[in-house]
Amino acid sequence: MRPRLAWAAAAYVLVGFAGIYAAAEIPLAERRSGYEFMSRETRAMQDDDAGNPGMLWVLDGEALWKRKTGAADRACADCHGEARASMKGVAARYPAFDAARERPVNLEERINLCRTGRQQAPPLAFESRDLLALAAYVARQSRGLPIAVAIDTRTRPFLDAGRASFFRRQGQLNLACSQCHDDHWGAKLAGTPIPQAHPTGYPLYRLEWQGLGSLQRRLRSCFAGMRAEAYAYGSPELVDLELYLMWRAREMKIETPAVRP
Amino acid sequence: MARAIVNLPAQARRGEIIEIKTLAAHPMETGFRRTQLGELIPRDIIRRFVCTYNGAEVFRVDLHPAVAANPLIAFTTVATESGTIEFQWVGDNGYAVTETVSIRVE
Repeated sequence: MRPRLAWAAAAYVLVGFAGIYAAAEIPLAERRSGYEFMSRETRAMQDDDAGNPGMLWVLDGEALWKRKTGAADRACADCHGEARASMKGVAARYPAFDAARERPVNLEERINLCRTGRQQAPPLAFESRDLLALAAYVARQSRGLPIAVAIDTRTRPFLDAGRASFFRRQGQLNLACSQCHDDHWGAKLAGTPIPQAHPTGYPLYRLEWQGLGSLQRRLRSCFAGMRAEAYAYGSPELVDLELYLMWRAREMKIETPAVRP
Repeated sequence: MARAIVNLPAQARRGEIIEIKTLAAHPMETGFRRTQLGELIPRDIIRRFVCTYNGAEVFRVDLHPAVAANPLIAFTTVATESGTIEFQWVGDNGYAVTETVSIRVE
């Protein structure tokens, strides 16, 4: 009886693993930005800078970029100069490895590291208007450029951790991100299309939020939908997941500030 | 800080119909929502938008609580003469924003 039970358990575990690995990632050629799942009207809103409400934050960010702040009395522009040139393509490479923290940091954390380190100013709160504005302004300079996060020996463990959490079933509904976004994209959930979850346009203006929000805010609301406890803003687990999602969307074009329903 | 974005052609031919797009940064709090503790969040909306062309009113809107945040208002007018087009948003809690754009008509 004992060996038989052990065999059954082993078989169960094997089937379980097979289930995980059967859920394959989307082939590169079949990837679609969330833009392609939107209505004509919402697309028009994103395409026209005169009607894209995300541009309100971008303009705020431009003003903040030039404003001197902190004990060092320095503006972003004093070190980085004209953002149009110096920040081109930067957002497409984040999350990126930070040697001091020995782990990847996302764009918002990088802005706050600059604030505390170089400007000697207090860090901006996650999801505050100023931090979103600066992130949107910096990311806007990468619009149309392909996503290219650096995966090397230093960042690979964090990428693997992010991938593992993407495929991990969690929450009271016992769902993994991959079950919706890899296996059932294009189908409907509560009447709305399930996108492939490519973070191409963050920070983005979500009509549901009536405002601009970060990728971490979006991830946290997905956790709430799965009835799972959401990680706190800035937690390493969320940054790992961001890194995996950006790698998964590699070579797709940045759309910041995007509009989503 | 950017409080409004106005978009219209910098120059136009006399008699041409021009499209004007305006976007105002505003939360448009309805006054019907409650906090998690059940307290009513007071209303905070833009009540009126007026556009004047060289002093003459060409377009006006009354806004109500059902309008979304950061309202986009797009409309057309006829380019009659060179001059300035003024946009004014007025709302609750002393909210008042004015933008002025000049236009050249040939």
